[in-house]
Amino acid sequence: MKLTLKIWRQKNAKAKGSMQTYNISDVSPDMSFLEMLDVLNDSLIEKGEEPVEFDHDCREGICGTCSLQINGEPHGPDRGITTCQLHMRKFKDGDTIVIEPFRAAAFPVIKDLVVDRNSFDRIQQAGGYISVNTSGNTQDANSLPIPKEDADMAFYAATCIGCGACVAACKNASAMLFTSAKVSQMALLPQGKIEASERVLAMVDQMDKEGFGNCTNTGACEIECPKGISLENIARMNREYLKASVK
Amino acid sequence: MAKSALLKSSLAKKYWMAFTGLFLCTFLVGHLLGNLQLLLPVSEAARDQFNEYALFMTTNPAVMILSYVTYISILFHAIDGIVLTVRNRKARPQKYVNFKPSTNTRWASRNMGILGTVILVFIVIHMQMFWAEMKFGSLEAYSTASGAQVKDLYTLTIQSFQDAEYGLIWVIVYVISMIAIAFHLSHGFASGFQSLGVNHPKYNNFIKKFGYAFAILIPLAFAIIPIYIHFGLEKI
Amino acid sequence: MGKFEAKIPKGPLAEKWTNHKNDINLVNPANKRNIDVIVVGTGLAGGSAAATLAELGYNVKTFCYQDSPRRAHSIAAQGGINAAKNYQGDGDSDYRLFYDTVKGGDYRAREGNVYRLAEVSANIIDQCVAQGVPFAREYGGLLDNRSFGGVLVSRTFYAKGQTGQQLLLGAYSAMNRQINRGKIKSYTRHEMLDIVLVDGKARGIIARNLVTGEIERHSAHAVVIASGGYGNVFFLSTNAMGSNVTASWKIHKRGAYFANPCYTQIHPTCIPVSGDHQSKLTLMSESLRNDGRIWVPKKKEDAEAVRAGKLKPSEIKEEDRDYYLERRYPAFGNLVPRDVASRAAKERCDAGFGVNRTGEAVFLDFSTAFERYGKEAATSKKIENASKEKIVELGKEAVEAKYGNLFQMYEKIVDQNPYETPMMIYPAVHYTMGGIWVDYNLQTTIPGCYAAGEANFSDHGANRLGASALMQGLADGYFVLPYTIGDYLSNDIRTGAISTESKEFEDAEKEVREKLEKFINLKGTKPVDYFHKRLGKIMWDKVGMSRNEQGLKEAIEEIKQLREEFWKDVRVPGGTDEMNAELEKAGRVADFLELGELFAKDALHRNESCGGHFREEYQTEEGEALRDDENFMYVAAWEYKGNPSDAVLHKEDLVYENIEVKTRSYK
Repeated sequence: MKLTLKIWRQKNAKAKGSMQTYNISDVSPDMSFLEMLDVLNDSLIEKGEEPVEFDHDCREGICGTCSLQINGEPHGPDRGITTCQLHMRKFKDGDTIVIEPFRAAAFPVIKDLVVDRNSFDRIQQAGGYISVNTSGNTQDANSLPIPKEDADMAFYAATCIGCGACVAACKNASAMLFTSAKVSQMALLPQGKIEASERVLAMVDQMDKEGFGNCTNTGACEIECPKGISLENIARMNREYLKASVK
Repeated sequence: MAKSALLKSSLAKKYWMAFTGLFLCTFLVGHLLGNLQLLLPVSEAARDQFNEYALFMTTNPAVMILSYVTYISILFHAIDGIVLTVRNRKARPQKYVNFKPSTNTRWASRNMGILGTVILVFIVIHMQMFWAEMKFGSLEAYSTASGAQVKDLYTLTIQSFQDAEYGLIWVIVYVISMIAIAFHLSHGFASGFQSLGVNHPKYNNFIKKFGYAFAILIPLAFAIIPIYIHFGLEKI
Repeated sequence: MGKFEAKIPKGPLAEKWTNHKNDINLVNPANKRNIDVIVVGTGLAGGSAAATLAELGYNVKTFCYQDSPRRAHSIAAQGGINAAKNYQGDGDSDYRLFYDTVKGGDYRAREGNVYRLAEVSANIIDQCVAQGVPFAREYGGLLDNRSFGGVLVSRTFYAKGQTGQQLLLGAYSAMNRQINRGKIKSYTRHEMLDIVLVDGKARGIIARNLVTGEIERHSAHAVVIASGGYGNVFFLSTNAMGSNVTASWKIHKRGAYFANPCYTQIHPTCIPVSGDHQSKLTLMSESLRNDGRIWVPKKKEDAEAVRAGKLKPSEIKEEDRDYYLERRYPAFGNLVPRDVASRAAKERCDAGFGVNRTGEAVFLDFSTAFERYGKEAATSKKIENASKEKIVELGKEAVEAKYGNLFQMYEKIVDQNPYETPMMIYPAVHYTMGGIWVDYNLQTTIPGCYAAGEANFSDHGANRLGASALMQGLADGYFVLPYTIGDYLSNDIRTGAISTESKEFEDAEKEVREKLEKFINLKGTKPVDYFHKRLGKIMWDKVGMSRNEQGLKEAIEEIKQLREEFWKDVRVPGGTDEMNAELEKAGRVADFLELGELFAKDALHRNESCGGHFREEYQTEEGEALRDDENFMYVAAWEYKGNPSDAVLHKEDLVYENIEVKTRSYK
């Protein structure tokens, strides 16, 4: 396959970036998208040019490191996967592919396609945990039965990989899906209910401080989420927050 | 914290948006029921009935409170919408070169602001045409059969849409506005519930379908009125 | 230099840990506030250690190369975590978990450590549930268990195929709580490039800020290395792209012994390599072996036809299929331990029965499971005389409910529908049992430097059982290291803050800078990956699933040459004072090029086969591993002496008092 790539290049956080065009051949349809970028980078290095910086790590769709807005969609045109799981067979010979970093005020660009997503960490730090110590001297795990349905729902909320696709896809760059997934996980479990009010208030407060946009309920986040995190979580957070605010 | 949270936070702004929006939905129903009287065959009785209804709606204290709440809701809904939009814009200062939201969202959900603006402009025109005319204009008062002193809003309304020169234009303006309202509601109705945290797999489908039905039927019924007056109703 | 002494407490096995905890020195809470601890790596071991140390009152600094602690590669563990809870009432106990782990490790692990691991395993589950980890549950609301390879009980707790993720997010949330309290300072996108020793004690690290390129000095009273394993020395592995040996290797060069580097786990169920472009291998959870049957064609001509695409696997008759694991190991069948399953696959493929284009793949077939589950479903749904199609359809639904996400992942990567045609799998490098040598307290041979999780060598012997890595990481981090480190730190309560202005820090920083600049200034012709791929090929071909003397000797020479070539011809673009992924990679590959040689050297010296180390010269007539307990029942701990070839071997003899050493058999 031969492809034309239009890639955002930006030297560092302060520099002004621009789109650059690269041509690449010898792309196999069995390659993953990131392997295609590896090939591009190796050729750039051999030509004495600077390779394109992009975030990636586990390359199996679970660490949430890879990002990229590919042809206008986070993680590209396929559904239910991350960029590292996107394969070139989804593209056609001769295609032009536009590759940009995730864009949000709360995700400043560090270099090329790499963005800083620590705002997500700070939201978690504000209250995304259950305040138990780590002594292990807690009660026996089975002394607290949890309805399977609740445990499963909490699990599905907890499968969020924190990649930021929800923010990237949202026309408002809102972090509601991310924040609500964590709030939901904890709110659904009896262990987490105890400090549910403080948690939701603190996490939303931090989310606002980070400069994310508001939720317009367009549903783009749910569709682009590689893990299919449900909008139900956003509603649950709305509910939890309302409860906590009127208390 | 809790108190300021209910005013300042991003979620609170959405609660108010949803709350005022859903309230305005109920207003639409009431307003429509009243307006359906305009579809009655032209007669003295129809004229009296509508004008007495109009008088009641503008003088009854309870209704007046309700209408002030409605005005405030509209204003709040609009201002809150602007505030939210400004913040949303700020959340992505650098735009994408290539952004394809059409692959994952419906058009109406992305253009609530534009639709809302169209609707706001319509509301101003609509109030200027009738409410302001009745309140401050030179509408003549007369005595109905039951002896009430009323202004003849009925004739003004019917004539506006039957006007030889402008009637059709008004009909088109109204129909377009109703389409805007329909799109606005098609997203706004269910979205309001979602913002207020009403989301349950059992009822979601119902809320969505009800929302779509509401978004189609209410504006459609509203739109039928000027169309019927222009094309169907006996000329006065 | 610290002592090379295992320090296993005296007394009966089951009382060792309790007695030890009672004996060791503690640091009082007020003094803990004046003590700093650095934790490198924020996976299960590092994250949980950091959280607990901070909880106890120490000032903790964590370092990870990822942009968030949540992305450490522990997150990719799929199957589950073992714990001797005996919730299923199937006869599990601390002793049985201990026994299985020692046996699974082919009698090359320390008794004392493994028993402690089994003992604290139950606490891990309690702890994680309290933290809100959403483990799978039964309809009654209690925790569910599944069974894993190499054991006869169901003791594995799981969260679908994302157990590692859920446990890591649990540890991350515990860290977040301490970050919010100000007790942990988290340095993300930072890579440790050296350890600093003052008066022979670990007193800090030199780290590079990967965003700005700045070289930073960080001091502490103790340093914990929890930076994971070194499977990426093979280039292709199931590790993350960034997983590296650098932190471990740097402390090795400063005096920490490196133990059993040749013990590597090759996981049997990975998606086969598709071409030269491949950057990474993807694991399919071992849990698939619960229901899938592994086979290759019985006839070579069938295998050839399948490879050429002329024959569909479904067209091969039942009697022409060789379910080789069931044939060779009737007792455990498809659930033999990983090393056994992997070697058996390699044996069949080497003999010419491989089934994909490259000839390096075997089938993992669910058709029997479709039928079995389908019949169950038909019975429970009261469908009488269900047709075969109906049964298979019901069976597919049942399998989808169980493994749907894995099947979907397979289809995305391979572009074949595993419901219609059997999956293809092949072994891949997955985990390294070897690592930094530590004593019972998890202290390395550098005083004040500790190693936890996959980075240390301690608990798995020569082979790790499924679902034990998560257990060990969290046991080390939550329940072992935070207490044993107190014994050492109790001597440091009067030390006060450690200055980073000392000569030792200055020298270490200078060395780091010089090395980085050297990379940039080399201006060779080949990118780093070129060398990494070549190293990986040498390792896989000659130091991989099975090894022999000649191959190992060749590998040692080839790696040496490759290293020289690397230092002449590598090209690292960009500069040192900016984000530079190639520079990061260069540093990591430079270390792999040294480790690789020590790895081969260790494999060469161990004239026996055990667990993940299989020497072709040492096997039974049936091709099973042949241990030499007489001569090799020891931990091989290597001391750095300048070059990997000069490394000096130290032996820690393994003593088995509570378990009968037997030939490991799964027949």
